[in-house]
Parts: sequence; C-alpha cells; structure tokens
Amino acid sequence: MKQDNVMTTPFVSQYDNLKQALPGYSQPWMTTLRDRAMESFTQAGLPTQRRESWKYTNLRGLQQLELTERALEPQPISIDRAPSLLPEGTAHRVVFVNGGFRPDLSDLAGLPEGVIVGSVADLAEREPQRVEALLAAHSDVEDQPLVALNTAFMRDGLLLELEAGRKLDRVLEVIHVNSAENGVFAHNARNLISLGAGSEATILEHHTGLNGTAYYINAANDMTLAEDATLRHYRIQAEGTNAVHTSTMNGHLSGNSFYDGYTLSIGAALSRNETNMKLTAAGARCHLNGGYLMRDKQHCDTTTVVDHLSPQTSCREVFKGVLDDRSRGVFQGRIVVHPEAQQTDGHQLNKVLLLTDTAEINAKPELEIYADDVKCSHGCSAGEVDHDALFYLRSRGLSETSAKALLIQAFLAESVSEIGKEELQDLFLEKISDWLAI
Amino acid sequence: MLEIKNLHADVEGKAILRGINLTIQPGEVHAIMGPNGSGKSTLAHVISGRDGYDVTEGEVLYHGKNILEMEPEERAGEGVFLAFQYPVEIPGVTNTTFMKEALNSIRKYRGEDELDAMQFMKVIREKTKQLGVSNDMLKRAVNVGFSGGEKKRNDILQMAILEPSLAILDETDSGLDIDALKTVADGVNLLRSPENATLVITHYQRLLDYIVPDFVHVLAKGRIVKSGDKTLAQELEKKGYAEFTDQAA
Repeated sequence: MKQDNVMTTPFVSQYDNLKQALPGYSQPWMTTLRDRAMESFTQAGLPTQRRESWKYTNLRGLQQLELTERALEPQPISIDRAPSLLPEGTAHRVVFVNGGFRPDLSDLAGLPEGVIVGSVADLAEREPQRVEALLAAHSDVEDQPLVALNTAFMRDGLLLELEAGRKLDRVLEVIHVNSAENGVFAHNARNLISLGAGSEATILEHHTGLNGTAYYINAANDMTLAEDATLRHYRIQAEGTNAVHTSTMNGHLSGNSFYDGYTLSIGAALSRNETNMKLTAAGARCHLNGGYLMRDKQHCDTTTVVDHLSPQTSCREVFKGVLDDRSRGVFQGRIVVHPEAQQTDGHQLNKVLLLTDTAEINAKPELEIYADDVKCSHGCSAGEVDHDALFYLRSRGLSETSAKALLIQAFLAESVSEIGKEELQDLFLEKISDWLAI
Repeated sequence: MLEIKNLHADVEGKAILRGINLTIQPGEVHAIMGPNGSGKSTLAHVISGRDGYDVTEGEVLYHGKNILEMEPEERAGEGVFLAFQYPVEIPGVTNTTFMKEALNSIRKYRGEDELDAMQFMKVIREKTKQLGVSNDMLKRAVNVGFSGGEKKRNDILQMAILEPSLAILDETDSGLDIDALKTVADGVNLLRSPENATLVITHYQRLLDYIVPDFVHVLAKGRIVKSGDKTLAQELEKKGYAEFTDQAA
C-alpha cells in the first residue's frame, strides 16, 4: 500500500540523515529494527482516512505544524521545576522535557529492590539486551504505521520493569513537559513497561504543554503483564492547544493479570489515544476508561481494540465525553471475542454531552464475537444537558453556568469513579473542574 | 407580597392561563385547587421561571418587583421556592454539594457572606433536627433511588435550608401515602411564619387537612372562578369540579 503522502515525506527524508545520531546506533540489532520500521512506515505512510480505523481522524493538521529539518532533533528547553501533581515525597517521579529524560528533575530515591525505573535511552546504553528484550516482546504487532514511525525515530521514554512479586507502593508519577519555544519539533516517546508475575504498580502519567506552541508527540507504549500482575495506569493529556498528540498503547495481559486504565484528554488541537489489549490467558482483565473534554475546534479520538484470545477473560470500558463549541470527538471501541474465548465478559459504554449544535461525535462500537458462550454489551449515547435537572438546580438559586458545570462534573464523575486507586480520583475531578471554570 | 395581575400564558401557542388575578399577603396560606388541565402547574412554573411558557399578558410582582423578567435563580434569590410535583433525580451530585452551592448562591444574591463547610454543616444539623429527617439523605445523590416520599421530604429540607419567603407546593401530595403526606405537611407547617407565605397547589382536599389554608381558589380553564375560605375545599371534595368547569366554559 505505497502512498504518496505529502505528510509522510518530512519523516522519510530525515531518517538517513539522523539515524547515526539516534540512540543505540552502535547496536546492530537496534539499527536493523529501525531500518525495518522505516521501511514499513515508508510503505504504509501516515494513516489517512482511507484506513477504516482512521475514518474519522485526519492527520492533515500535521502539515500546518510545518515540521522543519531540525524538528526531529532533540530540542531541550530550560526548565527548573517539573509541574508535579502529587505532594513532594509521596511519589517516585520521572520527568521528560521535550521527550528527553531529566534526571535532575526526577526523584527516584528509595525505589524498592527488583524495580527498575528510568530512561529507555539510558538503559539502551548500559543494558542494551534489556531494552532489546522489551522491544521484542511486541514485535508481533503489524500494520501500525505510527508505531513504526516511533520505532524508527524513538530516542527516549519511560522504562519500568518489576521483577516477579515486587510491589511499587508509591505512585510512579511520569511527567512529560513540552514546549516548542525553541522551534517546532516532533518527538517519538517510547515507553516500555514490563511487570513480572504477581507484581504491582500504579502510574500517574501526565502530558503538559505550554499553550500556543505547536509540536507533535507520537508516543508508543509497550506493556506486558505477566501472571497475576496489576498495572494501574492513569493519564492526563493536557498538551498545548496547538499540539498534535498521537499515542498507541499495546498491551499483553497474561492469566489473572489486571490492567486498570483511565485517560483524561483535555489538551491538543488534535489527539488520538489508541489502545490495543490482548487478553491471552484465563482471568486476564482490563478496564479501559476515560473522559474527554473538548472545546473550540479541538479533535479527540479514542480508539480501543480488545482481543479476547482465551476463555474467561473480561474487559470493561466506560468513557464520557463533553464537547463544546465546534469540537469533535471520535470513539471507536472494538471488542473481538476469538473462537476459543468462551465465557468472555465484555462491557462498553460511551456517553457524550454535546454542549452546542456544532459539536460533533462519531461513535462506532464494534463487537466481533466468534464464540457462543459470551456476555457482551455496549452502549452509546449523545445528548444535551438535561433541561429538567438544569431548571431544578436554577430554581434553588444556582446560576445557569454553575448548574451546568455541576451537571457536567457529575456526568464525568461517573467515569472517574471507575479509577481503581480511589485516592487519585480527586485529582482527576479537580482537573475537570479546572476545565469547567475556564 | 405577591401580586398576580391579569396573567395570560401560552404553551406552544395554546392559551393555558387566561387572566389570573391573585394577591397574597405575608403570613397567608393560599390553596389553588382545580381539575387536571386547569393550569395549576403552569401557574407554579410561570411564577418560578421555567422556560417553555409564553406570558402574553399581565404581570407578576413580588415585593413590588416584576419577577417575570428574572432568571429562575434570581427569583430564588428573591425568596421564591418551588416544591416540585416530580423532584428531579441528579446522579453524581450529592445533596450536600447541591445544597451548599444553592444556599451560598442565594446568600450571595442577598449580599450575605458565603458559608464555609463548617458553618454549612451547622445549618444542616439544625434543619435536619428541626424537621426530624435523617442526615443520610444528604450524602446521597440528589433524589437518586429515593422513594416518592423521600423525594418530597428532600424538597422540604431544601426549603428549610433556603428559607424562602414564598413557598409554592406544586401537587406535593401526588403519589404520597398518608404518613409521607403528614411528614411533608408537618415540615411545611414548621416553616410557616408571619413573614412567609405559602401557595399550595393541589387536586385533592386531603393535603389541606394538614396544611390549613386561609384562602381557597378554584382554578378552571385558566381562570380563578371562585375564592373562599377552607370550607370551599370541603365543598369541592363533596361536589367535584363539574359545576366550575361548566361555568368557565
């Protein structure tokens, strides 16, 4: 599927110039991996709306970013404080500024034994075989042009590895700060997460961008959960209002492992969060939840694909969207129950509040069921703020604005309450009320 | 304090209120009775500011101010309170959050200081004690999973907290058994004072055994066709509304 895609060109043409400067060039396996990825990306091109899974999201906006020759080079900016959301001393902290690891802003003191937290670039130098193994775990994934693009150019990202039975008691806060103050840039963060049998970790990941600056983040996350492992992964996407953010998460869940995910999207001109989960053995469970709040002409795409590959696996998805002005939301939720996956339990819900006549939602639930003993449900709805409730609140003295804000907050709270780590729920509710207060 | 003068209102082009005149003084309890479709609830909604009604003629003055030009929240600030026929369920918003925001909005409107969490809880304790209702109700989402009686009691609790000068009870008795009815009536009676007025809208005389009105008005086809004292309600209970509906036509 060779494509003449004008947006693909800047990436393809930069590769040969840059590849020697990319981390891990001295490792032949790494260069082979990158070369193959580049070849695959060149063949496929950036996804266009001709692809079924990209029907409602158009990356043409990238063109307006005018990515220059230097865009794919590191663009460090000076910053002396990371915008942490958790009280000092209560969390382990990893900070990336414009994609580059900043040990000076990070706090990794007191990590338990058997837990590795750090920078992928760093580890690629010191323990290349570790990074090679982590990347190989997901090499079966094909036909993901954005992941191929990421593999070709990746420089850094979070590495989290837990040995069997290890528990990270504190939250791991992963902060990504981005600003194009020194010129437009694009970076490809690669996050590698591997949890050994019975291990447990909680990640609070947030992406903050300075408003007004334009940049492109293309993140890829490889996540592997061994038997009985638990990963709680809560994210806030608050990129700058002119940024483009694409994120692909590929997860492998073994028997009785549990992934609990929540993504709150409020930033970026255009964003896409794609999650692909493979439930490979009995008892594997995943919760993919989230909220998206968009205004002006923002566009937010939430795409999930859950593959039930074994009997007795379950997934639950609760997404709530609020769309104001001329913003646009996309929700594509695919659940595939493979023939051997008997006794699958799947539940999916996407509810949207449209605050104006010009806001738009494209929702596409897809259930593909090839087994006969399964429990699967899905629900999609879009509507406006309940008039009766609005009048009820106003008749008690609340202004129209506060009444609406209260109802929207309550609407979103239903998804936030899905966050398994309850003490983090307030933080998300606060972000939501901040958004409403603007 | 409330003067309704020649009030006409349409719903979707259909005339529902066709010239209502009613004056209520502080301390009085007025009951409006009438058959279904006579315009009782429309009157309550027009006074409290619900949209969907077109006032084509007349005015409603409250303490001398024309409240028809006000937003519902401004009317609430002026002291108008509507107890709903069907209180609305609001998932995800607890009664406490709602009432604190409501009370502070109204205090702000009146130029009073807003209450902090501690001060607010003090008000709550006082009012729940006064009405003999349980605090549990406050922790729950507004009216969600409440029985019919609980919803009405919740409305009365809101009224106690907001201390309106005019309470309009819109068919508060509908769907209530006799015990729930008594509890609600007791709440309303507790909150009566020489400064406050109450407008009870009802189809049946039953509620008026517990909230005894000073004046009873019969509404038929959008007009008040007869006014009297509480004996009028008893008369209606015996004879029904047929006489008045014929008369209004």
